[in-house]
Amino acid sequence: MIYFKKVLKKIISPYRIAGSLFSSQYALMLEYRAEIVLWAISGVLPLIMLGLWTGAEARVLAGITKEDITRYFISAFIVRQFTAVWVMVSFEEDHIEGKLSPFILQPIYPFWRYFFSHVAEQFTRIPFVLVIMIFLFIGFPQTFFIPSNKELIAAIIAIFSAFCVRFILHWTFAMVNFWTERASAIERVLMIPYLFLSGLVAPIETFPESVRAFALLTPYPYLLSFPAKILSGANVNLLQGFLCLFLWGSLFMFISFYAWRNGLKQYSSMGA
Amino acid sequence: MAIITVKDLRKNFRVSVKRPGLSGSLKNFFNRKTILVEAVKGVTFKVSQGEMVGFIGPNGAGKTTTLKMLCGLVHPSGGELLVAGHKPQSRNTSFLKDITLVMGQKQQLIWDLPPLDSFYVNAAVYGLNKQEASKRIDELAAMLELNDELVRPVRKLSLGQRMKAELLAALLHRPSILFLDEPTLGLDVNAQSKVREFLSKYNKRYGATILLTSHYMADITSLCSRVLLIHQGSLFHDGSLDELTLKLSPYRAVRIELKEPQPKGLFVNYGQLEEFNGCLVRLLIPRETLTDSITSILNNFPVKDLEVCDPPVEELIGNLFKNPNY
Repeated sequence: MIYFKKVLKKIISPYRIAGSLFSSQYALMLEYRAEIVLWAISGVLPLIMLGLWTGAEARVLAGITKEDITRYFISAFIVRQFTAVWVMVSFEEDHIEGKLSPFILQPIYPFWRYFFSHVAEQFTRIPFVLVIMIFLFIGFPQTFFIPSNKELIAAIIAIFSAFCVRFILHWTFAMVNFWTERASAIERVLMIPYLFLSGLVAPIETFPESVRAFALLTPYPYLLSFPAKILSGANVNLLQGFLCLFLWGSLFMFISFYAWRNGLKQYSSMGA
Repeated sequence: MAIITVKDLRKNFRVSVKRPGLSGSLKNFFNRKTILVEAVKGVTFKVSQGEMVGFIGPNGAGKTTTLKMLCGLVHPSGGELLVAGHKPQSRNTSFLKDITLVMGQKQQLIWDLPPLDSFYVNAAVYGLNKQEASKRIDELAAMLELNDELVRPVRKLSLGQRMKAELLAALLHRPSILFLDEPTLGLDVNAQSKVREFLSKYNKRYGATILLTSHYMADITSLCSRVLLIHQGSLFHDGSLDELTLKLSPYRAVRIELKEPQPKGLFVNYGQLEEFNGCLVRLLIPRETLTDSITSILNNFPVKDLEVCDPPVEELIGNLFKNPNY
């Protein structure tokens, strides 16, 4: 009986920690609701690109219909809302100000604190994103579309997977803080391939063949284009997409563990 | 039995150096120079279970770095370190559940939420169920005299209330070893005294081992039976405060008030004359001749009042740090 209780406790414990971290971070994010509205609005780049691509000749040349491009960029807007990651900035701030030290001394990998802070922020965004979508559909009724249940479920899983991989990727680079102290500049650099290779400014199909082949060798198309295409109802190879997300996620998770272990040897606990 | 064993502990940091001004910045941009700083130079000591030990020393002496190595935050550059049977730098779960670190100038509570939210997160992290967590929160809150403060956002609390809440968050998992870095920093006299009182109670109730650094001698004198004086990265003293006083000052201060003025020359043979004002004499007399000297003074002079005391320990330590020969 005691053994059973111990096993049960071990099984329940991670869920309790996750629930507790999520609820506290969600409560914290609700305190910053005005800021979150602004963050949600700041992610309108796909909608701007929609305006540009609607009348673009390149779209016609690539054989993409007006309806397809509209659905794609609206989906990209939604994906971007729920895959936003700022862990490099938070980690750098905590590292420099000494706030990381208490986290390191608790029996939980600090990764989870940042992870649940992001997840909570995304949950806080849901109503604001819905409001933006309602305004969008009222203003442009021809853009209105509802994905099928299957598409919606696959898209939700793909969006969350894309968020996880992007988070792990940024977490891995955040470890550079242990050596340079100002690693958030790397985030600016990481934004460039994300902008051009993820399908944020142009659908992957419109890329020249060689660029598209190169893009598909990077994790970026799977972070935005892949879930956006599922959501918009486009024909997507689900198995290939999820497999790539899994492989990229696993690779960066492995690197981040290694970097974390070695980084801690460099840690000087500055600012504390 | 020793719960903390430290042998020849060392820590070196590589620190970049830069000359001031634009030219210094440009030179530093192209050719960054670094120097090796020996923050801790071979410190050795042991701490028994339930002991309260104070780390004292000036800023940059190496006491906080030592504390950070003991709790596993910083990797040592050399030496051996064993805390509760673990190598702290490995940060095993069982080790982390056994210790806590409280930094007076840093907080772990979530700034915009009431402390209770942070407490329940900590409870989950340390595997405490809700009932057990609530019980411990009530118990510690009573000891710390915290009530309504627990449901107010942390940002709305005074510094003293925040420090108490920090202590509660840090002690919720009932650690047996407490590392406290300046726990009373910035607090007013009353708040300092409350924190000290709480730490003393916690030590007695749970038999916890407490290591603390502080610049306030009152923290050390009221809590610690043993002090470790760290100076320039080395251990200068390990023992009681009285022993430290004896080590730093082999003299005692004697203040004599006379009924009528006496010639100055009559006192110089007793010891070092610190102050002379006709009827008021202040002498530093070697401890070994103190009794004989006082007997002689009382027999030979018209003494109105006589006081013997130790020089203040802060003054002695301050003098030590100013002395380049140490």
